[in-house]
Amino acid sequence: MARDYSGVITKIDAIAAKVYADLEKAEIPALHLSTRTKANIRFDDDLNVWKYGKNMTERSANSLDGAYMLLRTMYLVDFIKEMISQSKSSTLRETYYISEGWNLAKFSSQNESDMLAEDLEVITGCMREDFKLRPEEDGARVIGNLVVEEMTRNNTKKKIHCQDDVGDAGYGIPYNVEKEKLTFKQVDADFIVAIETGGMFDRLAENGFDSKSRAILVHLKGQPARSTRRFIKRLSEEKKLPVLVFTDCDPWSFRIYGSVAYGAIKTAHISEYLATPSAQYLGVTPSDIENYKLPTDVLTPEDVAALKSELDDPRFQDQFWKHEIKLQLTLGKKSEQQALAKYGLDYVTDTYLPEKLAEMGMLKK
Amino acid sequence: MPEAIAYELAKKQKEISVAEFFERNKHILGFGNPTRALFTSVKEGVDNALDACEESGILPDIYVEVKNPTEEECVVIVEDNGPGIIKQQVPHIFARLLYGSRFHSVRQSRGQQGIGISAVLLYGQLTTGKHAKIISKIQDDQPAVLTELAIDTNKNRGEVQHQEIMHWDKPSGTRVEVNLNADYKRGKRFVYDYLQSTSIVNPHARITFKEADGTEHVFERTADILPKKCEEIQPHPYGVELGTLIKMSKETKARKLASFLKTDFSSMGDRTANAVCDEAKLDRNLNPADISRDQFLALHQAFKKVKIMAPSTECLSPIGEILIRRSLKNETREISPEFIFTASRPASVFTGSPFQVEVGIVYGGNLPKDKPVKLLRFANRIPLLYQQGDCAITTAIASIDWRRYGLDQPSGNGIPIGPAIFLTHVASTKIPYTSESKEAIADVEEIENEIKLAFRECARKIQLHINKKVRRVKTREKFDLITKILPEIAKKSAHMLNKPIPPLEKVITKIMDVVWIEDVVEYEKVRGKPIQRKLDATSPTGQIESGGWIAKSTIMVVNYKSKPQKFNLYALFPKDAVVGEVKPKPTKVTDSYIKWSLESIDPTKKIDILFELAGLNKGDFDENELYVQNINPAYVIGADKWEGE
Repeated sequence: MARDYSGVITKIDAIAAKVYADLEKAEIPALHLSTRTKANIRFDDDLNVWKYGKNMTERSANSLDGAYMLLRTMYLVDFIKEMISQSKSSTLRETYYISEGWNLAKFSSQNESDMLAEDLEVITGCMREDFKLRPEEDGARVIGNLVVEEMTRNNTKKKIHCQDDVGDAGYGIPYNVEKEKLTFKQVDADFIVAIETGGMFDRLAENGFDSKSRAILVHLKGQPARSTRRFIKRLSEEKKLPVLVFTDCDPWSFRIYGSVAYGAIKTAHISEYLATPSAQYLGVTPSDIENYKLPTDVLTPEDVAALKSELDDPRFQDQFWKHEIKLQLTLGKKSEQQALAKYGLDYVTDTYLPEKLAEMGMLKK
Repeated sequence: MPEAIAYELAKKQKEISVAEFFERNKHILGFGNPTRALFTSVKEGVDNALDACEESGILPDIYVEVKNPTEEECVVIVEDNGPGIIKQQVPHIFARLLYGSRFHSVRQSRGQQGIGISAVLLYGQLTTGKHAKIISKIQDDQPAVLTELAIDTNKNRGEVQHQEIMHWDKPSGTRVEVNLNADYKRGKRFVYDYLQSTSIVNPHARITFKEADGTEHVFERTADILPKKCEEIQPHPYGVELGTLIKMSKETKARKLASFLKTDFSSMGDRTANAVCDEAKLDRNLNPADISRDQFLALHQAFKKVKIMAPSTECLSPIGEILIRRSLKNETREISPEFIFTASRPASVFTGSPFQVEVGIVYGGNLPKDKPVKLLRFANRIPLLYQQGDCAITTAIASIDWRRYGLDQPSGNGIPIGPAIFLTHVASTKIPYTSESKEAIADVEEIENEIKLAFRECARKIQLHINKKVRRVKTREKFDLITKILPEIAKKSAHMLNKPIPPLEKVITKIMDVVWIEDVVEYEKVRGKPIQRKLDATSPTGQIESGGWIAKSTIMVVNYKSKPQKFNLYALFPKDAVVGEVKPKPTKVTDSYIKWSLESIDPTKKIDILFELAGLNKGDFDENELYVQNINPAYVIGADKWEGE
């Protein structure tokens, strides 16, 4: 399936042209992009997600780091053009290794090359898929009464039932979950539960929670990959299913919920593609620690700093989060999803989840 | 009628012997325990030896040996190459307490009271019953004399037990050998520390230390110059006590009060002498011998009320910044410190006594980062090893907020923590020690303030050095940027757009936007021809030594601003150096700096500057201090703003 990349090439060439024009005018070459920090995300009323604000960052050749960044940008952009012309694509990790041959422009870590790819998205408004770059990580797993149709490698469409056609591991979400690759067929479920840890995902699957409670279980695998978030968003919006996020009870897990529901700070430029604004936080909440008398660990200094940082994160400014974060700081404790096993293996599916779902109006008591 | 009690008491009253006096005061004299006794004995011997050599203009070569024949007993041997002592004087100098040549003089010297070495002999005799052996030789063509000496503790007199003539290879010198009870195991380290420290502040001395097991340590001489001879001065009126004043009036040859004041005190001219007489309401022609106690009191009080010039500081002999630096460098070779800085204050005065403070800071290298800074305290070139906590030097250092200068200091006062050694030397005609054992300087406000000022000055130099380094590193990064990365960016963007590579000069000056000054100091060894020197002008040998080092300082100035730059450049050099060739032609050369009025430098163009210094040892000067004028100093990397002289 040939795709028209001319729009992408124009945008990429504009970057080289800007740098060249600066040099011709005897100006210090520089590129400008939205500042990708907590302080520069604003709620977009039209899109209902968090996007970057007006603050711009300058990547200028005036500093050594800036100059390296510009040089790498030039190399990366050239590499992308080459891939487009040769109809190839590469993983982010391959791109990092390709840079071995770029002399001074070599990346010193994959983190750097990943960040630069994101920078390019922000500058051009394209998605990394447009640059023929794909992530290393696959999306996570799904179990539930859902049929998806996937375009396979041999260009044939294949229907997969996410309970009957899959093993215990569930259906693996591919890295491309756009319409040309994946569509949702029938669904018979009441809601989606997005679960942080593999252990809890397997517990709910083993206890048959997907069938009994008519739920679609999605494993987030920690901070969820773009494809996982995109999958959840599409499924939720196309099939009108509410999303509930079920994680550990610590500041890092709250951020997982934030990136599912509000959009992540790092990828705020594409929040409207990835975030599911209607997603709700199910637990484990700091209040649950008290109400369910869960086993706990003491907050580390890093945890405390992360919680405090969330207190002035614009995404966590509603009553619920203010209350819960302050409560956790007062408790000085954190807990895990799997701590619910204190009351037995079935407690989570028989007691905790039904109670929580009822509380949220998803299920009758 | 019973006998009056006074008679009864009189039977018990008698002169106490020196032995008893010593026994009661041995802790004050530094013999309080066997560890201290060893250290004090070596110290008294070495202090004496150094004083003797310096007074006769000889570069000291001192040999110290400690033997340890039994668990409790040590033999301390101190040998010098000094002038020697004539045999009749030997018993007086070594065996009489309170006998010496320096007790009455107002002058900077190590020993003062004449207690030192005789106390060592007395301690040795009291603890071992053995006699001290003294060998002395006063002239090359005369034989040496060996004297075995005992002390008659009742009469405070030395008794010669045995005397004989012997052959000794030295041209002149003195050797003292004393047996005493001492703790060698524990005391050895203090002896070593003391000798090492002594060598730091006496760069003109060579000291050899032989341990009981035969291990020899040599602390080499780093300067072939004797310290400036200290002039003896009259007491200053501000510092004189009433009793001393009365005593002086009895000994003076002056017949009139005004002339007594003028001749027997320092800083007194006609006008001040008259002003003092008037203030005390005393006749200027009064005979000093006829003055009453009340009149003396009035005179003494008048001293305080009249403004009298500070005493002359000519009588002080500081070590000098170059020599402190050289010594510290030599002693810390194994630590390989990052840098050594020194500062010297002008002489000042406390209650009539002149004093001067010099400090040095050694930083970095293998020094521990998590321990308190090591303090090296010195008074008149004597190391102070004990009672650090009670010393004005410690108090002064602790009161500075070192966090401002990048050292740890938990509460903003106290001894800072970091990889550094702080050296302090206080030179004075009268060091105000806290006690007779001379281990700590009393908290005299004037001295404390001067120490603080000296350290602040030194710390400021360090800060400048570090700031300069940081700015240089940052700017050096930019060199990479403009020479490697920017051309690559240009090439790549041109290639992608199929366009020619644009010229970059203007962008380069915009990115750099500085005047870059870089300097390097190299040393060149010169042989066979005389080298001018200032430091050795007082060399006892008086010869002009041929050969030595020439310091060659090269300075490169590059204009990376987008406009031409024209400014003045100043290069400081040590006062002890002699300026040789200077290129280009300087506008001005003084005894401490060279000034150039540079011609206008176009963008991206550079100028090379060179000057030579003679009369320094290699390493005395290894970093230029550069200053600029008539240009915004913020534009300049590698030089600071010229603030005037």
